[in-house]
Amino acid sequence: MADDVTARPASAAAETAPIRDGARAVDQAPARSTARAGAGRRRRAGSVSTGTRKRLEIAFFVTPALVLFVLFVVVPVVQAVRYSTFRWNGLGPMDDFVGLKNYANALRDQIFTDAVMNNLTIVVLSIVIQLPLGLAIALLLNRDMWGRSAMRVIIFVPYVLAEVVAGVVWLMLLQPGGMVDAVLESVGLGDLTQLWLGDPEIALYTVMVVLTWKYLGLAVILFLAGLQGVPTDLYEAAQLDGASWWQVQRRITIPLLGPTIRTWAFLSMIGSLQLFDMVWILTKGGPANSTMTMATYLINQGTNRGLYGYASAVAVLLFGISLVLAAFYQFFVLRRDNQDAPKPRKVVAR
Amino acid sequence: MSAPVVTPAPGRPVTLDAPRRRGGNAAGVRNPLVYAAALVVIAATLGPVVYAVLGGFRSNAQLAADPVSLPDPWVTTNFMNVLTSVSFWRFAFNSTVIALVTTVIVAVFGVMAAYPLARYRFKGRETLTTVFTLGLLFPLTVAIIPLFLMLRDLNLTNTFWGVALPQAAFALPMTIVILRPFLMALPQELEEAAMLDGTSRVGFFWRIVLPLSAPGLVTVGVLAFVASWNSYLLPLLILSDPATQTLPLGVATFSSEHAQDTAGVLAFTSLAMIPALVFFLAMEKRIVNGLQGAVKG
Repeated sequence: MADDVTARPASAAAETAPIRDGARAVDQAPARSTARAGAGRRRRAGSVSTGTRKRLEIAFFVTPALVLFVLFVVVPVVQAVRYSTFRWNGLGPMDDFVGLKNYANALRDQIFTDAVMNNLTIVVLSIVIQLPLGLAIALLLNRDMWGRSAMRVIIFVPYVLAEVVAGVVWLMLLQPGGMVDAVLESVGLGDLTQLWLGDPEIALYTVMVVLTWKYLGLAVILFLAGLQGVPTDLYEAAQLDGASWWQVQRRITIPLLGPTIRTWAFLSMIGSLQLFDMVWILTKGGPANSTMTMATYLINQGTNRGLYGYASAVAVLLFGISLVLAAFYQFFVLRRDNQDAPKPRKVVAR
Repeated sequence: MSAPVVTPAPGRPVTLDAPRRRGGNAAGVRNPLVYAAALVVIAATLGPVVYAVLGGFRSNAQLAADPVSLPDPWVTTNFMNVLTSVSFWRFAFNSTVIALVTTVIVAVFGVMAAYPLARYRFKGRETLTTVFTLGLLFPLTVAIIPLFLMLRDLNLTNTFWGVALPQAAFALPMTIVILRPFLMALPQELEEAAMLDGTSRVGFFWRIVLPLSAPGLVTVGVLAFVASWNSYLLPLLILSDPATQTLPLGVATFSSEHAQDTAGVLAFTSLAMIPALVFFLAMEKRIVNGLQGAVKG
């Protein structure tokens, strides 16, 4: 959901859920036998009219959500697939059926394939940069130290700000002669000043820095939650054995944090693939398309140039790429977590 | 659903004001390097925000002369200009209305749908649940083009509904995924007792389920509100009339229209931050718990 990247964690978080939730529902089925027995009793005692009444009740409760969901989620998604097979400018009849030509054109357009590469670069760099930084800060904040709860609030502030607000502030910081340049000059690194967002060679990396600033807080908060799940008696046992603080972190904490880290990396990946807001504010995909992402390309082609059929094909490609990567990740990385659900001790025993 | 993050782990009481040696975590308390690292993190995190606020108190001449410095003298005209402009308050009002409408729709429709999915047994229950959860796979970006065209045909562009309804629809899957296990966890005995007392299942919903699910509803509502408050892509396409635009759109427009007026942009942006920051500080635990709960499932 690129309408705002803040919604992203929520929606992205959820992307893992269908699979996990499905598994959970199956697991719980036998455990709910009491509930089923209760329902059975009612059904036997009831008459036809209670059955009708029950159906009416279900309809009453579910219909509003279902109508809203079908109208604004299911229909547009299906329409996107349909539009993607037409050449259509959004006006007049949609009668120029082109089959898969829009897809072929997109895959042949170097701006689009470069955008895909940019997205993949952002996926990898986000994880490579934010994982060690986030872990270090989470471990730092997990210690008994003065001002710890204040710091936990502070670290999360960038994440809560709207992408647009954060992006505009960074635009001001990064403009030529802005604060970033001034700070570099004041510490004698004036030669390093750049056209941070104007040079195609470095614009993507500048955007990466801003993204790190914006989303590091989420990693820290999630890691901190994971750290709370580490049983304290493990620490005590390690101490009795004379382990140093570093040894404890490396041998106990970080391995036990595995499931949390893997889930966070999944969220981060999905978010990076759908990145729109921050890029749109900072560079609009420029200069020379060097920061173009799939989502900014989509909006460029769709609402800005009126190529609705073509943009829909790009949307379907975006979804397909996300889905394939998500499936791979689920299969190769998260599968371990799904098999033996968070039983930290088991991991240690292995 | 999830442990509040600020609550310390069991066996590690909060000792913020009077840190003292305790167990293995006490080593950090005395280590100046730890505090130095913490200061660097704080500076990097808050630096841009502080720069924006202080920059708003300076003039463009001051900013040009020395980008990094305290305001001298403190200038309030930038802030006064924004605060006395009609458009700023209109943006804030529009954002508030859209976020509130989105939140109410999500919470009401979400808990209503989650109730039968959690506590009725009927054919197709799992199928229906799967339909909603599959919605999680589809980001707004994928549907944005048809959505834009559909809202245009429904004459919903430049209306609050045009933004609130799709936002609520896309927030529903997450809401139902969070609320359904929540409602499932209510003990069966409660329902049986209510039935014995002659309450119908609808009555059970109003008198018992709704009050008991309040914490879950607040979490879901806060997440929906923040997402709506910060959203950009959908309003960008739907709200072209400045009279209906939200704060993020206002900030973006102002910053491109007044590109030369850095101080003015910083003042406008700082003021636009305040509602989100206040809301975050008030609801911090809910937001954090919601996100953590979403990950832990």
